[in-house]
Amino acid sequence: MTDSHHEPGAAAQPRPVRLYRLPDSLGGKLWVWRYLVLRRLTQFLVILLFFATAHWAWGLLGEPLLSGNLSASSVIGLIPLADPFAVLQILFTRHLLATEVLIGAVIVLVFYALVGGRVFCSWVCPVNPVTDLAGWLRNKLGLGNALHLNRSLRYYVLVLALVLALVTGLAAFEWVSPIAMLHRELIFGIGMGLIGVGGIFLFDLMVVKHGWCGHLCPLGAFYSLVGRVAQVRVRFDERTCTKCGECIRVCPEPQVLNLNQAARHGLVTSGECTNCGRCVPVCPEDSLSFDLRPLIRRHNDIQ
Amino acid sequence: MTQATGSGRRAFLIRLVQGASLAASAGLVWTYVLRNQARATPFALRPPGAVAEADFHALCIKCGQCVNACPYETLRLATAWERMPIGSPYFKPREYPCLMCPDIPCKEACPTGALNADLQDIEDARMGLAVIDTENCLSWQGLRCEVCFLSCPVKGKAISLERRSGVDGGLARIVPWVHSAHCTGCGVCENRCPTDEASIRVVDASLVQGRMGAHYRLRDHDPAGLMVFDPPPESAGSERGDKDSVPGLDALNLGDWP
Repeated sequence: MTDSHHEPGAAAQPRPVRLYRLPDSLGGKLWVWRYLVLRRLTQFLVILLFFATAHWAWGLLGEPLLSGNLSASSVIGLIPLADPFAVLQILFTRHLLATEVLIGAVIVLVFYALVGGRVFCSWVCPVNPVTDLAGWLRNKLGLGNALHLNRSLRYYVLVLALVLALVTGLAAFEWVSPIAMLHRELIFGIGMGLIGVGGIFLFDLMVVKHGWCGHLCPLGAFYSLVGRVAQVRVRFDERTCTKCGECIRVCPEPQVLNLNQAARHGLVTSGECTNCGRCVPVCPEDSLSFDLRPLIRRHNDIQ
Repeated sequence: MTQATGSGRRAFLIRLVQGASLAASAGLVWTYVLRNQARATPFALRPPGAVAEADFHALCIKCGQCVNACPYETLRLATAWERMPIGSPYFKPREYPCLMCPDIPCKEACPTGALNADLQDIEDARMGLAVIDTENCLSWQGLRCEVCFLSCPVKGKAISLERRSGVDGGLARIVPWVHSAHCTGCGVCENRCPTDEASIRVVDASLVQGRMGAHYRLRDHDPAGLMVFDPPPESAGSERGDKDSVPGLDALNLGDWP
């Protein structure tokens, strides 16, 4: 990544490429890590609310606060929530579902369609801290990939899950999902399900970088499709970008930071972007920021 | 496709077949795992109102809201590699039976319909069927236990006490009988059974229950047969409190002991 030779907008004088440097002060570091801290807090809070409702009877207005788990739940006995991919699989088993869970799936689907499908992946999913740890560790150890996987493999896994639901009459992924095993056992009691997560950790650490979340997980693939219409997106300001490549270095789905495409649209368009916010603080030119899709064009023009 | 020799179409077809084969082999392994999981079914006692097992497998989203709604420690979600189908709710009566809440909160909490919303009366629930190991049942072996009869929530209907003549001229015994028409499979009897290992157990009805077939025409057909136990209070009293016979446990001591 060097200076671009053709910057259509403000390309009068080539800007010097500055690289990102982590601040020395703790406050500066925390500011850089703000999305990371928020993500960990959200992930922890979601599991805590489920756990506390199940074990400490946390409630509101005399109703359980958040009963269930990430597959399906109920907020104060009033608002149903459900994993739309799990519901889709059950529908593929040709079973009629009760209205409650269908409403729950629609609520969750609309929410993620607005904030970004894969916001689930980086802000809610309990596997994310595990794979992040594996990614961080493999970086420290300087490990390479043991084999090559195509990132679109996950879409085939997604299709296969639905086909198998149709054939076997079982919600195919829900029965083997290490994600579901993890949150279910964190909330309802630890069992051998954690071995599945251990497998993912090892796979991500030793075999393929971002192997599970970035290549195989059909739930992530599902939310990638949902995320195509996301309204919260990372805005890309081409005029300030020096193409230093810092954002791509920290991104777990670097293919989404196709800067030529981002320049055309003024934002990261791919549904595979998890809105994790890693790229935003490390950009030395502040060319990347969270924004709402309808406002992005205007904001890019004004600046 | 870039490495392919020959025509582009041939390379494309080869890639297509290779992709399909990969999907098929992955699908076969995946299906094997699924069927293996689902096979564990007969060991799992489901919450009240659970639909037929194959439908339950499909419908249960494994959210655990029934577990949270259960006011006791009855329901659990199966963890991975347990003998139960993964993530689904079940209970083990010997550890904690279903106490048959009249408002059936677990069924109310189910968002998917895996627990049938139509179940209104908890006594209509069929979670399993109690069966008695007569070889180890204290009552069947001549002791006056009757704990299962006394603890049964469907009092006098699901388990009755019957008089059974003694073996080889021995003393008559009062033994428990289970009536499938009324047994909900709640498992309180199994939980309370005083033998080291429960001698009355709740199992999936399909494992133990036969079906006679409609073509049998029985004279005096009585679905409960000998098992009906509906003694008028007077007769029960006179039977047990007979002045001439030795009451209670003492009778047992007189019989076989020297």
